[in-house]
Amino acid sequence: MSELVAGWPILTIVTFLPAAGALLILLARVSARGENVGYDNGVKLLALLITIATFIASLVAFAGFDFRNPGYQLQESIPWAFGMSYAMGVDTLAMSLVMLTTFLMPICILASWVIEKQVSSYMVLFLILETLMIGVFCAQDIILFYVFFEAGLIPMFILIGVWGGERRVYAAFKFFLYTLLGSLLMLVAIIYMIAVTGTSNIPELTVYAQTTGFGADVQIWLWLAFFASFAVKMPMWPVHTWLPDAHVEAPTAASVVLAAILLKMGGYGFLRFSLPMFPDASHFFTPFVFALSVVAIVWASLVAFRQLDMKKLIAYSSVAHMGFVTMGIFSGNEQGIQGAIFQMLSHGIISGALFLCVGVVYDRMHTREIAFYGGLVNRMPVYAAVFMLFTMGNVGLPGTSGFPGEILTMVGAFQVNALVAAGAALGVIFSAAYALTLYRKVAFGTIENPKLDKMADLDAREWVQFLPLIIATLIMGLAPTYVLDFTQNSALTIVSQFAGATP
Amino acid sequence: MQISLDALIVLAPLITAAVAGLLQRYIGDRVTMTLTTASVGLSLALSWPIFIDFVWGEGVVRVTELLPFIHVGDFQSTWSVRIDTMSAIMLVVVNTVSFLVHLYSWGYMADDPHRARFFSYLSFFTFAMLSLVTANDFLQLFFGWEGVGVASYLLIGFWYQKRSANDAAIKAFVTNRVGDFGFALGIMAVFYLLGTIQFFPTDAAHPALFSGFVNGVEVHGLLHNLEGVNLAVGSLSAPAAEVCAVLLFIGAMGKSAQFFLHVWLPDAMEGPTPVSALIHAATMVTAGVFMVCRLGELYHMAPIASGIVTIVGATTALFAATVGLAQNDIKRVVAYSTCSQLGYMFFAAGVGAYNAAMFHLFTHAFFKALLFLGAGSVIHGMHHEQDMRYMGGVRKPMPITWAMMTIGTFALIGFGIPGLGGFAGFYSKDAIIEAAYGSHGMGAQFAFWCGITAALLTSFYSWRLAFMTFEGKFRPNPDAHHDDHGHADDHGPAAHHSHGHAKHADGTAPAHESPLVMLIPLFVLAFGAIAAGFIFAPYFLGHHAGEFWDHVIPFHEGHHDFPTWVLWAPLIVTVTGFVLAVIFYLWKPGAAKAMAGGPVWAFLYNKWYFDEIYDFIFVKGARALGDLFWKVGDKRLIDGLGPDGVAAASNFFSRQVRRLQTGFVYHYSFIMLIAAVAFGAYAILAGIGGGR
Repeated sequence: MSELVAGWPILTIVTFLPAAGALLILLARVSARGENVGYDNGVKLLALLITIATFIASLVAFAGFDFRNPGYQLQESIPWAFGMSYAMGVDTLAMSLVMLTTFLMPICILASWVIEKQVSSYMVLFLILETLMIGVFCAQDIILFYVFFEAGLIPMFILIGVWGGERRVYAAFKFFLYTLLGSLLMLVAIIYMIAVTGTSNIPELTVYAQTTGFGADVQIWLWLAFFASFAVKMPMWPVHTWLPDAHVEAPTAASVVLAAILLKMGGYGFLRFSLPMFPDASHFFTPFVFALSVVAIVWASLVAFRQLDMKKLIAYSSVAHMGFVTMGIFSGNEQGIQGAIFQMLSHGIISGALFLCVGVVYDRMHTREIAFYGGLVNRMPVYAAVFMLFTMGNVGLPGTSGFPGEILTMVGAFQVNALVAAGAALGVIFSAAYALTLYRKVAFGTIENPKLDKMADLDAREWVQFLPLIIATLIMGLAPTYVLDFTQNSALTIVSQFAGATP
Repeated sequence: MQISLDALIVLAPLITAAVAGLLQRYIGDRVTMTLTTASVGLSLALSWPIFIDFVWGEGVVRVTELLPFIHVGDFQSTWSVRIDTMSAIMLVVVNTVSFLVHLYSWGYMADDPHRARFFSYLSFFTFAMLSLVTANDFLQLFFGWEGVGVASYLLIGFWYQKRSANDAAIKAFVTNRVGDFGFALGIMAVFYLLGTIQFFPTDAAHPALFSGFVNGVEVHGLLHNLEGVNLAVGSLSAPAAEVCAVLLFIGAMGKSAQFFLHVWLPDAMEGPTPVSALIHAATMVTAGVFMVCRLGELYHMAPIASGIVTIVGATTALFAATVGLAQNDIKRVVAYSTCSQLGYMFFAAGVGAYNAAMFHLFTHAFFKALLFLGAGSVIHGMHHEQDMRYMGGVRKPMPITWAMMTIGTFALIGFGIPGLGGFAGFYSKDAIIEAAYGSHGMGAQFAFWCGITAALLTSFYSWRLAFMTFEGKFRPNPDAHHDDHGHADDHGPAAHHSHGHAKHADGTAPAHESPLVMLIPLFVLAFGAIAAGFIFAPYFLGHHAGEFWDHVIPFHEGHHDFPTWVLWAPLIVTVTGFVLAVIFYLWKPGAAKAMAGGPVWAFLYNKWYFDEIYDFIFVKGARALGDLFWKVGDKRLIDGLGPDGVAAASNFFSRQVRRLQTGFVYHYSFIMLIAAVAFGAYAILAGIGGGR
């Protein structure tokens, strides 16, 4: 299969195709005299085509990828200054996250059809953001990784700050501050690692860490520096409070990207760096991470129960679901890590879909206040059915993609510490309470608010944006084994790297 | 061919549920109803031959493996259809009741504009329940378990415009989740201890919990590895088998509405009555009993856990019967009766009489579905009145319903003459009471006395229901819109019949007999309520039982030399209950009314105040904790000391120093610098030390 893409820098193409598209839109704007509605629609269509092309390119990469091979594949490398290089490559973990990203982006562009303010700038930022996100997962050089990782902040910061809601500036700064603080500590650690090992290549660093190894006490510091960054990105308790604010103010598609992909960078970072490179420190900090994970699950679920704003509720439920991810990762066994990866992919789809569900009613009524709604099923039966499916996914119902990740991470954690699994299982009860209560308040009952009387059901565009997510949720729920088989090699590699630690 | 037909039993309702769910707008109500009913009919037609084969023929135990579900390391679950004695019993129970309920709903739901949706939910439920009972591993069991839960949620809240229905639906789902919390942990514990979640082996390389044959070779189960093993959490340690059994039983308590987790079942009566008959009487709520029996070998190894099962079951049997005495809503009486009968099944399993538990599950399905559908027929005939205080005199206008419900009542109270025979409930209930008496297990004697007492109460409340509904003179509802007593009113928004209760001069109720499509299911179930006992008792309980169960559940030939008084006690208390009901509700109706004012009555009427206590502790507690974490934790502490505090301090600082107008960027550059310096210093120092 890999002959298909032999000699082609396919990862570079996938990564930079959106950026090239962004450039195209910029050039077009320079040459165009003024913007109007027709022009805006052209830009939207162009952005959609670019993201679809990117998805197709990623499918080509996928076809040239052999999931039975546990190593990095589709590698490219161009030497650069100071021993650094432009190196790209993916293993099954990275590949699955790249696919998630390229799969979701066309849906995000569709969801952005309602944007009317500065359309070209918006689309340019979105496309650049896509490049940066894919780059994070493909980068094989730690400096390159860092650049992608950090640069992604900027478009998201602007998207929230310009196209956001009323308190967008507060939210944007809070988002920026939290994530930047963590990142800077990570940068220092990266510089130290390069100084000690003389390489910035991630596979080489991993080999160094697994053979020579960083000293036990050095690992502690390095681990903490990386942790500061990844924990904020996840987000883990207690550095989670930026997320609800950012979500509430962000435009719908930015929320989708934030929840579905940006949050996954934290989990990806733990799996790519913390566990393989600092296994001793990871062992040392496992109880700490477990404690934070369980607190996140219980705390965020209870807080979600009390929210009055739909987006805030879903944001808090994201915090709880990410608690399962960190718990699974640090359980360090096959079930835990497979579950964590699966949970990341599934959460990308389900939380993305839930934010789209909020977007549908927000676009019509311009409020996210739960109490404003009620009885929507009477006017929007199709929407109600779609929303129900994703609510059930959020609850982790078996048969939806929400289930395998939750159960596997708990199974993984149970083997290390039964009490941690028990604490996490409490979240399973709470999630039912808050998600179904939200659904009842929004969809069930009779229409009390006369403004809702004219609500129209899903239109064709909304249908198209939900359909792939519905299919993905059900397939991943009923036959998760295909995804799990795909990610198995990466998971097993990480398990063995983590197990190599001297406890 | 046989193999693919097994899978068809499970998949047929799924396919039509999906078609009905997706295409109901295009194919119309009638096609939807026909398709779903036909698919369950097909499953039914395929199920009975299998069951008959296990009873009278050479039942072949087999597993059809369809697709891998989750395979991660040894944590392996496969979509399967396992056919053995246990699943054969459940197949006929589920499909028979489900088919009859589909049929009945043609009449009952005839006026509902959403009946296509109703039928697609019913079929989906049937699929989920079938996948539960044919599971060959814990995860598929759990899938079915949660699947029936969500079907139950959707059907309780079917009339979504009613707030009370929505609340009841959420209560059912969340309470079940509390049980699932234990269930999920139980699955994890089993996997952690044994490294498998499969019930019976299908592959010689992968042993399962229980022993079984793969291609004629016996593969020994891993369950015995739990013998003598302790599970430790911190400094606490307990026998592993006991821990697993107790955790899994918590799941069963939720699903089967046992004491402490029973609160959702009476509220579930908000759903349409056919749903109550199918889900909340005959099938779903018995899933917990099914699971405990399926895992009989595990419970056999865990005497303390079995004792807990016995005590919880016996307590439920008695508790629910006391509450059933004081309810006025016809469906609630039957609901508490279900709760109580499930208690019987559990304490049977607890004392090791798994066969008696399964037999009661089997017979109960017939007579309880009969009673519910009969109650539905009354409600239908009475224009959606379901408060028994406003009934009376219904026998004359609804003679067939009356006759069928009387048969159901006889079966429920377990009427029969020891040594001669009786209704279905007689065989199974007496077997349970005798098993409790003969057992030396923990709580067995307690269970015996609870069982006897509950039998007395069962007889009393059953006849109370019958007399209040069918006998005497019609008592019209003084308040036409009787919504003030907070009861489940079984009328959907769309089914607004006229509430005109024109009082007939002769005291008969203004009711009409139900249509034939609703009566036929009653006839079939009535036949089961009469005959299911004596036909199948020899196989479930008697001298064919060893062959019939064939090592699927632990079965021990019980001793049959009980004292005479034990054999006759159930009949004596049953007759006593009947006589008391006659006195209170036929001869001296005033006495019942006088009693209804007392504090004991209020205590029972209010269900021992469980709802109030739970609301105070759990609902208000969760709200308070949520507010605390949110407003104090997140806002004041984390944000206050974190970003907002930093921003405020930074603003303050910048105002002081003036040059730092924008605060933030400088602040963080500063931190970066400090950190860089610190790490640089550390790197250098560590480098001197040789890096490692």
